Amino acid sequence: MIDHILIGLARFLVGGRPEWRGTQPSLRQRIYFANHGSHLDTILLWAAIPTRLRPTTHPVAAADYWGKGRLRRSVALDLLNAVLVDRSGGGAASGQDPLAPLEETLERGHSLIIFPEGTRGGEKLPAAFKSGLFRLATRFPQVELVPVYLENMSRAFPRGAFLPVPISCHVRFGAPLYIEGGETKEAFLERAREAIVALAEVN
Amino acid sequence: MDPTLVTLFIGLITVLAAATLIGQILGRRAESTEARATVDNLNARIRAWWLMVAIFAVAFVFGKIVTLVLFALTSFYCLREFISLTPTKPGDHTALAFAFYVFLPLQYVLIGIDWQSLFSIAIPVYAFLLLPVLAVLRHDTDDFLSRTAKLQWALLLTVYCISHAPALLLLKIPGFENKGVLLLFFLVTVVQASDVLQYIFGKLFGRHKIAPVVSPNKTWEGFVGGGLAATLLGAGLFWITPFTPLQAAGMALAIVLAGFSGGLVLSAVKRSMGAKDWGRMIEGHGGALDRMDSVTYAAPLFFHLVNYFFAA
Repeated sequence: MIDHILIGLARFLVGGRPEWRGTQPSLRQRIYFANHGSHLDTILLWAAIPTRLRPTTHPVAAADYWGKGRLRRSVALDLLNAVLVDRSGGGAASGQDPLAPLEETLERGHSLIIFPEGTRGGEKLPAAFKSGLFRLATRFPQVELVPVYLENMSRAFPRGAFLPVPISCHVRFGAPLYIEGGETKEAFLERAREAIVALAEVN
Repeated sequence: MDPTLVTLFIGLITVLAAATLIGQILGRRAESTEARATVDNLNARIRAWWLMVAIFAVAFVFGKIVTLVLFALTSFYCLREFISLTPTKPGDHTALAFAFYVFLPLQYVLIGIDWQSLFSIAIPVYAFLLLPVLAVLRHDTDDFLSRTAKLQWALLLTVYCISHAPALLLLKIPGFENKGVLLLFFLVTVVQASDVLQYIFGKLFGRHKIAPVVSPNKTWEGFVGGGLAATLLGAGLFWITPFTPLQAAGMALAIVLAGFSGGLVLSAVKRSMGAKDWGRMIEGHGGALDRMDSVTYAAPLFFHLVNYFFAA
């Protein structure tokens, strides 16, 4: 019920209908990775995934934002089915690996939605990727890595804004890629980023 | 519902039914790929027309409030399309939020409560002065003038201008009380008929392009033929208006010329932003603003002509 209201409101304000360009919705295990510029990103990308795939598709959300406050926490955990990660580095000091909850999810055979830049930028094109995507791709080579370009979200609801404004947004899915044998971390991360950049230029 | 409107809608449905039939026949005959594409586009337009007539019928049956809500939503989608194509910066966010959440609803509420004097100046005075203040508070002076101008023009065309169509319900015309809805029908019918007839005349007889760079589909043959046909249609509708047949023809001609200008200017705006259509909302029609571009120019002009010459 609440998910329909949330999706209805988002569609009315900013649209955000999915465009499956390089692939189709599928039950195969996937890591959707996207550029990140707004809190709308998580909600709209999740809403773009067909209902039947949502129970096994988990957005990865920052614990320092989505874990705070009862409402946000409940939206993140109960509604979006999110996996919360600690990006403060405090986890490392306490001997906990911040990627561990992601790996557990993948081991269960579920799919993930991640934002490899690690934080919200305000630009049209994504900044350099953090290494998390490389590690997951190396450890789970059979998982399809699906690039997703999120258009206009950072204009509709930029960092620090109180309310989203109605600007049409698009969620564009590209063709899956895999890590290649012997590919270095830098080369792979750049190739993954380029896949999103290419989607940004499609019209 | 006004009995005249029932007659008018029956007329519209007859015309659309005929158009649908012709579209189907043409669809069977079309052989070349090019002809196919043209007929498919025509049929998509006709289908969208059925939907628009249905929405209009609902608005007219349920009266002023529903009509206002319908036009407010139209303004909303047009403003969204305009702003989506316009590069805005984070510094514009508060001004945008005020445009969408304050000035757009306010404009239609003012029509709803019959406050005509404030309706006329809320956007050109208050919004135009306030929005740049909201933007300047964000301390970003890059492209400040052009960012301000873009938002102001977006609000002017999509909210202020379009709101003049339902504002026809405000006008008090002696001997024509509570019939503003018929003026709205007259305006919308003439504007849209002019668009359609210019398109059809252009496809049938079009040779000489008027503005090949801005709007490659507009031809002199289409403009003159379609414009004259729409003017005649307007004259033929004189009996639903407070006008004589000649006055109705004059009003229709003004609507045709304004609508044509609006289409041309908005097309140039669209192209300056590198797009062919404003959006993808209506199949065969592009976005909402692709159908409302003529209305943005025709509605305020028609409103003021009627207000000046006929209102008490």
